[in-house]
Amino acid sequence: MADHAVVADDEVDLSRRKFLTRATIATGAVGAVFAAVPFIESWSPSERARAQGAPTELDLSKLEVGQMSTTVWRRSPIYVVHRSPDMVARVAGHDGDLKDPGSKDSVQPDYAKNALRSRTPDFLVLIGTCTHLGCLPKQRFDKGELYPSWPGGFFCPCHGSRFDLAGRVFDGSPASINLRVPPYSYPNPSTLVIGVDEKGAA
Amino acid sequence: MAVKTATGAPAPLPGGSAPAKNGFRAWLNKRLPVDEFISSQVTGYYAPKNFNIWYFFGSLAGVVLVLQLVTGIFLTMFYKPGEATSFDSVEFIMREVDYGWLIRYLHSTGASAFFIVVYLHMFRAFLYGSYKAPRELLWLVGMAVYLALMAEAFMGYVLPWGNMSFWGAQVIVNLFGTIPGIGPGLVEWIRGDYGIADATLNRFFSLHVAALPLALLLLVLLHLVALRQTGSNNPDGIEIKDKLGADGKPLDGIPFHPYYTVKDVVGIGVFFVLFAIVVFFVPTLGGLFLESPNFDPANPMSTPEHIAPVWYFTPYYAILRAVPDQRLGALLMLLAVVSFLFVPWLDRSPVRSMRYRGWMSRTALTLFAIAFVALGYLGLQPAEGLYVLLARIFAVIYFAFFWLMPVYTKLDPVKPVPERVVYHAH
Repeated sequence: MADHAVVADDEVDLSRRKFLTRATIATGAVGAVFAAVPFIESWSPSERARAQGAPTELDLSKLEVGQMSTTVWRRSPIYVVHRSPDMVARVAGHDGDLKDPGSKDSVQPDYAKNALRSRTPDFLVLIGTCTHLGCLPKQRFDKGELYPSWPGGFFCPCHGSRFDLAGRVFDGSPASINLRVPPYSYPNPSTLVIGVDEKGAA
Repeated sequence: MAVKTATGAPAPLPGGSAPAKNGFRAWLNKRLPVDEFISSQVTGYYAPKNFNIWYFFGSLAGVVLVLQLVTGIFLTMFYKPGEATSFDSVEFIMREVDYGWLIRYLHSTGASAFFIVVYLHMFRAFLYGSYKAPRELLWLVGMAVYLALMAEAFMGYVLPWGNMSFWGAQVIVNLFGTIPGIGPGLVEWIRGDYGIADATLNRFFSLHVAALPLALLLLVLLHLVALRQTGSNNPDGIEIKDKLGADGKPLDGIPFHPYYTVKDVVGIGVFFVLFAIVVFFVPTLGGLFLESPNFDPANPMSTPEHIAPVWYFTPYYAILRAVPDQRLGALLMLLAVVSFLFVPWLDRSPVRSMRYRGWMSRTALTLFAIAFVALGYLGLQPAEGLYVLLARIFAVIYFAFFWLMPVYTKLDPVKPVPERVVYHAH
């Protein structure tokens, strides 16, 4: 190497060198972030998983009054309850014992943000996973089934969350919000479709 | 096993030989520093001579790690991850692979044994103040090992795809859903589907057999490097490096090999006797090591009557359930784990070892140990009535131990610490 190519120590522009070092590190870091994107994205639900999350249909004519049917939508159990007039009546009268009686903090489409949390009083449609940690609440529809003042509803066996016949959570439950209501619609009076409403498919 | 070094002069090393000048060994050492490594890290690493039985559990954790790696590699040869194949392939291992049952029970019992030795190892650190300066990073790296181990154990428990695997995964993954804002999206990303599914199972398999074991090995290596840098603490909690002999070696130290290798071999022998009793006679330990609902295949439409994690997570689970608000419950559960990280800075005691601490520190540690075990028991019980009340009381004790530590360790009447370690030749 020729002598003139060698820079003496006191001629080195350290601030310039520092700047170049930092710029190189910063560029490399940005590149690393971009390179990480495909790997992170690969964890999102695949095309197949999304296709299998398509809407689900249920024939309501076979569901007797007072009975519950469970179907599956997006791997979650969907509870469909055919409420009798008596069951509808038992939704009222205990708003003071509920965490979110008006469903303000809860998850439901606008058409289910009402006292009965449903489009029509007779059919209650809920995502059947506890809003605490995802267990399946069990049906305890009879009056007084859990304790004398119990108005009927759902009880989660995992951590003891209690919900009424509109899926609203009682005080003293670990769950903080009411059972979720999925988007749903009735293409005809005897058919329920879960996952589709006026806004389109979820 | 008598080590006659009461005067502090290290005994001559049995079998120690001068480095060879020629031959294969010389050829090797010129290319790979084998002798240098052994003499600096093994025969030349001086450990305090007053170790007691509490000092078995570090090396035992290393032994269990190797056991888990070896049995895990063999299980992977027969296991088929997937919603349709996982449960059946585990039954195939249990019933049709020669000695498959033994390899699986070694692995499942090894998981619990890992936590037993790690919890005892951590208790030792509390007992003798092993996390105090200059060993803060040693403690933090150890805690990172513990966190990686928890992730490894959780994902391993999902793989057999029994009903408790499924619902355990459901409950734990949903904990991330309590994070404000990003929670629901994060949960979907972790699962790779709208529920715990094939995608979830397969990524957990990958993490369990590749990513986390690599991380664990790396962290264990870092833990050992940090240990070599600071040297081991000891039951008296004093620095042996402060009192060096004429030869520059610690007066109260003895070479790790052969003295502690021999001692550890005895510990390993006793450990494997107990381990074998569990593996051969009570592999499920009455539902404690393997829970009975996990002998049913995963069923997304049927929650087991009573969901409880395996025993090593139940103290945290009891705290989660003791809180009647899900976000706060998840937060306190996280805090219960994270609290350990702050211990080196929460402890203001001028002495390390419980031997020279006063009644306050001793009472606090005793109460904490009771609370930890009690919470572990309560986490296995249904969340109702008296159990919830007790869980709340013990959770308060649990957190008080950590967060009142700056106060009680400062007020604690300590005793004078001796100059040299207390040691009685056997």
